[in-house]
Amino acid sequence: MEKVLFTKEMRDAGYTILVPDMNHIHFKIIKGILQNHGYNVDILYNTGRSVVDEGLKHVHNDTCYPALLVIGQMIDALKSGKYDIHKVALLLPQTGGGCRASNYISLLRKALNAMGWGFIPIISINVSGLEKSPGFKLTPGLVRQMLTAVVYGDLLMLLDNQVKPYEVNKGDSAACVDMWINALLKGFLSGRGLSKGERRENLKAIVQSFARIPRTDEKKIKVGIVGEIYVKYAALGNNSLEQFLYEQGCEVMLGGLLDFALYCVDTPIDTIDIYGGSKLTRETYKLVESYLCSLKDEMIAAVRENSDFVAPSSFRHLKSKADGVISTGCKMGEGWLLTAEIMELVELGYCNVICAQPFGCLPNHIVGKGMIRKIRNLEPRANIVPIDYDPGATRVNQENRIKLMLAVAAEDGDTAAAESEVHDTEIKETVNV
Amino acid sequence: MLRIGVDVGSTTLKCVVLDENNKIVYKEYNRHYSMIVEKTAELLQRVSDLFPNDCEMLLSVSGSAGMGMAENAGLSFVQEVYATRTAVKRFIPSADVVIELGGEDAKILFLDGGMEVRMNGSCAGGTGAFIDQMSTLLAISPDEMNEIAKSYEKIYTIASRCGVFAKSDIQPLLNQGANKADISASIFAAVVNQTIAGLAQGREIEGTVVYLGGPLTFLSELRAAFDRQLGQAGVCPDNSLYFVAMGAALSPTAKAVRLSDAIESVGRYAAGETYKSCPRLFEDEADYEKFKARHAAAGIPIVNNPAPKEAYLGVDAGSTTLKAVVLDENGDIFHADYMPNSGNPIPLLRDFLLKFYEKYPNLKINASASTGYGEEITRNAFGLDMGLVETMAHFTAARKFNPDVDFIIDIGGQDIKCFKIRGGAIDNIFLNEACSSGCGSFLQTFAGALGYSISEFAQKGILADKPVDLGSRCTVFMNSSVKQAQKDGASIENISAGLSLSVVKNAIYKVIRAVSADSLGKNIVVQGGTFLNDAVLRAFETELGRDVIRPNIAGLMGAYGAALYAKANAPEESLTISEENLKSFTHETKQVTCNGCTNHCRLTVNSFGGGRRFIAGNRCEKPLKTKESTERYDLYEYNRELLAAYKPAEGRRGTIGIPMGLNMCELYPFWHTFFTKLGFKVIASPESDRDLYLKGQHTIPSDTVCYPAKLLHGHIESLIDKCDAIFYPCMSYNLDEGLSSNHYNCPVVAYYPEVINANVTNMGTTKFIYDYIGLHRPADFVKTAHALLRREFGEFTRGEVKKASDAAYGEYRAHMKRIADKGAEFLKIAKEKGLPVIVLCGRPYHIDAEINHGIDKLICDMGAALVTEDSISPHVSPFETQVLNQWTYHARLYAAAKWVSEQGPEVNLVQLVSFGCGVDAITTDEVRRIIEEKGKIYTQIKIDEITNMGTVKIRLRSLFAALKGVK
Repeated sequence: MEKVLFTKEMRDAGYTILVPDMNHIHFKIIKGILQNHGYNVDILYNTGRSVVDEGLKHVHNDTCYPALLVIGQMIDALKSGKYDIHKVALLLPQTGGGCRASNYISLLRKALNAMGWGFIPIISINVSGLEKSPGFKLTPGLVRQMLTAVVYGDLLMLLDNQVKPYEVNKGDSAACVDMWINALLKGFLSGRGLSKGERRENLKAIVQSFARIPRTDEKKIKVGIVGEIYVKYAALGNNSLEQFLYEQGCEVMLGGLLDFALYCVDTPIDTIDIYGGSKLTRETYKLVESYLCSLKDEMIAAVRENSDFVAPSSFRHLKSKADGVISTGCKMGEGWLLTAEIMELVELGYCNVICAQPFGCLPNHIVGKGMIRKIRNLEPRANIVPIDYDPGATRVNQENRIKLMLAVAAEDGDTAAAESEVHDTEIKETVNV
Repeated sequence: MLRIGVDVGSTTLKCVVLDENNKIVYKEYNRHYSMIVEKTAELLQRVSDLFPNDCEMLLSVSGSAGMGMAENAGLSFVQEVYATRTAVKRFIPSADVVIELGGEDAKILFLDGGMEVRMNGSCAGGTGAFIDQMSTLLAISPDEMNEIAKSYEKIYTIASRCGVFAKSDIQPLLNQGANKADISASIFAAVVNQTIAGLAQGREIEGTVVYLGGPLTFLSELRAAFDRQLGQAGVCPDNSLYFVAMGAALSPTAKAVRLSDAIESVGRYAAGETYKSCPRLFEDEADYEKFKARHAAAGIPIVNNPAPKEAYLGVDAGSTTLKAVVLDENGDIFHADYMPNSGNPIPLLRDFLLKFYEKYPNLKINASASTGYGEEITRNAFGLDMGLVETMAHFTAARKFNPDVDFIIDIGGQDIKCFKIRGGAIDNIFLNEACSSGCGSFLQTFAGALGYSISEFAQKGILADKPVDLGSRCTVFMNSSVKQAQKDGASIENISAGLSLSVVKNAIYKVIRAVSADSLGKNIVVQGGTFLNDAVLRAFETELGRDVIRPNIAGLMGAYGAALYAKANAPEESLTISEENLKSFTHETKQVTCNGCTNHCRLTVNSFGGGRRFIAGNRCEKPLKTKESTERYDLYEYNRELLAAYKPAEGRRGTIGIPMGLNMCELYPFWHTFFTKLGFKVIASPESDRDLYLKGQHTIPSDTVCYPAKLLHGHIESLIDKCDAIFYPCMSYNLDEGLSSNHYNCPVVAYYPEVINANVTNMGTTKFIYDYIGLHRPADFVKTAHALLRREFGEFTRGEVKKASDAAYGEYRAHMKRIADKGAEFLKIAKEKGLPVIVLCGRPYHIDAEINHGIDKLICDMGAALVTEDSISPHVSPFETQVLNQWTYHARLYAAAKWVSEQGPEVNLVQLVSFGCGVDAITTDEVRRIIEEKGKIYTQIKIDEITNMGTVKIRLRSLFAALKGVK
């Protein structure tokens, strides 16, 4: 099977690069940045049965649900007639590592060949050098901007989640998100919003504008979501889980995308510490990690200094939450991060946690379902429900299980809320910016 | 104010009315036949009639099927487990654990300590629906099952994880003539196992246990089975059917409504058709007539031959039906029957033959052949001359209809068989292994639940205007899809059509996994009872976009093929049972345990009078023959012997226990040497068996993880208190064998020690050491191991650790070389003796007989030499694969596949895949590609906790039959 590369010529010819949506806010910003760099990008939002059917047809049915959806979505889009199939490229992130998810690109390539579209180039976004794309260079400038986009995205998501359930005027929060996405993208075009100073200004202004939105002080059930990264964020993957929870009158909290990036940078360091390896490589990762940590710390500081919104904890603190539960050597899929996120959510007062995973997800046998017992021993107030997603799992079933969790949560509500308030004051950790 | 609780379960509707003192003043329990809205409205009307002054009442709805209705009608809804809990807290405050089984739900509530609720998610195994399904299979009612189970004598192992698996366990038992009392009791025991394994997930069930829900209320033997397993007597309280309804009634969120208003708002919710739909099957009646005419043309006549000269009998003893045909001297069918088989084919075939002899008193059967599940037992019982594998039978028959046939698909009761034909031989076989969702029994289950026969039910879909889009997925999931469609107002007609479509989609996309119709073939023959339903046939043609041939005898094709085969291979003198012997025919069964090996198979010995007998339930040929053991070339066996040869030496520094599962199997030579050299006594956990698995079952947190991983819990349990420390390291990486771009372990192998640590809470006096260790960097290993040893066991010098490590690496390499050398030796012998060779590809831990269910022996019994992927891969140079090749174990598969693809026709590959192995979703496609690229046949066998050896045999026999064809 020939690997068709995405060349510079293709880029100059204005090939449309199709990117499956995962996280509405982040991907909108990232799209803007890529466009600024001269890439013609389109985010795929097509949903529905045809997406799943294409996936079922082209991907081994026992493969993880995200692969099935993402590939189904791409094939469905290519079939839609919306694109000149001789002038498109497909983009997929590839994390590498021992999880079968690293194989998405091969699976996509197989599917394309089966359709007779072997000529469509695939761009892999990866840091491990698995696949190359001469026409798509992750230049330091581009990487920096994308990381900035992730920080902005994380902040907007965090604030939207904390404002939307309580807003007095329906739609305020969503409007604020849109306003900021537009403002940020406009800024990027003229090179603004990327330097440290401007970034801090923006972060502050974002927090302030959300803080100004009038909110009620109702008590809502606080629910955290962790999981396999795609199913955790993508509405297509989790049957619009966030929307469902919102309709059930909950407030939702999700860990940021930057944490996943940090986790990816952090694991090679642990790997070297555990099994041995190059000191130089280790130092390089360390450097990148501390840069990313500083980005996250900026965001945390902006939240804490300008509002009473719940801020996530620093990456170092998040990582420390894995202590005593799972080793940070566990690095396939979401690895220890998933376990640590549950612990963090409970600490932040989001004791009700949904662990969203593709049916039969291998790492989740370990870090999700495998750890629940231990987490509950350490944190008895943790109310965790694992939910499996796959093409056949029905919403009724999933929502029924979630409702059960919510019923238990509603009962424990008063005491848990009180406890978490006390808890909040205990974890005054210092954040250096 | 009165309080009303309504519980809309998956199959039943329950209601209670409580007065101010929480006393039940009214209750009722009804099946709702999925007419939820109507039945609820009727129910509320009855309540309203009983309490006529239309004042406000507190009303709450609960139950898995009630959510949509409650929301739409604006009624208060309470999650059902939560409702159960509310009721139990109120009425049985001393309860510690509640076990509640419903129509399609199973739940355990832990009330003491940290309150926890567990419910079945995507699996309906172990529920009322499962028991109903099984009773259908046994052709008795659940109540009768309960009655006869009282006199059971022994328990068989039956998987209840999914009705599908259980069926494949039960069917062979029935076919083998096992006692229904024992089977009934075994089904109950399976439900208990499923509940405990699937739901308790590591938490012990202790204290006062309360049994609730329909199955536990009605089936005393099910309660008894729970009591036995839990070692205590649980309580089944009064009103055990109504706890959810009572909890709903007690709900603090219940809204005060006037019943008349509630009835109206429920009624208003009736059926907005909001479900996803597919295009209809037929445009109109005329379209359907045209279709019928076309298929009526494809047929061979069943002739009326009053005086046939010769008779050739073909029998197809299928899983749910028995088919038999008799051909005359011209090869025409003149006598045939299609009989539903209520578990036992023997009396049916006896009746068939008696009638035959009666009708043709002077005719002698010239030759006879049998095929299907019951091939062996029918052959033995009636002296049939030959047996042939089902695939061959169907191919033989299909050729009569279209000599150019290149694809045959047979959808039977619980199995799909389809295969491609290339160059006149069976080339590529697809069988449903772990899933019966594309089969007739699937339709039958739904038809039965709605009160129809399968053909009535399927026929209803013919002119459905908006068939429900149910997608393609497992039966179990389909239950809830159907539930949802019903909730969304789909009519029976549209559900029927939708199910026909999904049966077909399952067959095409799950079993065959075809991308396009062209990839299947141009001349397609469909057969099997399921295709007798026009709706299914039409769905199939629509999905393929191509017309296919359905022989008029689609249901009889297996038998027809067997008869043709018998005619073509007729012996001089047929041994088929005579009329006289048939009259004195007897059939008795006896159960014994085989002690031939550690498998301890439960054997069913069938005696048929006249000295004929048939033994079933065996996994190998040992109990059947006493003949001198011929030389066997079984590399699995050799590998097991090698590992068993590492014996514990006395150790001054203590005892180390190694669990013999997952990667530790292969690494045992390494760790045994390493720790022995350092002065430890090293013991291995015992050989796996069912009991070992059950011992660890209660600590398994994820019921969808692969069986090899589940077994590990038992290995750990067996080492507790037997050693000072269990050593089971986490290993992200395996050793690098230079065949792949990286050398990872799969996530489960890599980190399973974490799961053990988090879930096996009671380690007794034994330490559990599960450090992260890499063997891929020997120098770093010494450093890490040194630190570990000093931390756990006191002083060690770096030098002695280094020495032990060198020895360990040496021993590991020697071990791997022994396997490779023995493999080469077997290959050489096979070549000299002209034996077929099977390269059995799996993982190192598949050598475990509890995991592979004796498949290696089965292969060798068929006369092949068996070598393994790890004996082949060292001889293969790295090459480019089309998938990311980054796992050590899996790289061996690709290497072995490449090697096999370059060998002659006598060398073939069989891949063993553990159910639930996510990585194998990738490897199987790639191995298949490599194999098929060179025109070879790819054979895959899925194995799980329970494996249907019948299917495995079909696969292997078809493979060997196809090889004969190639020669």
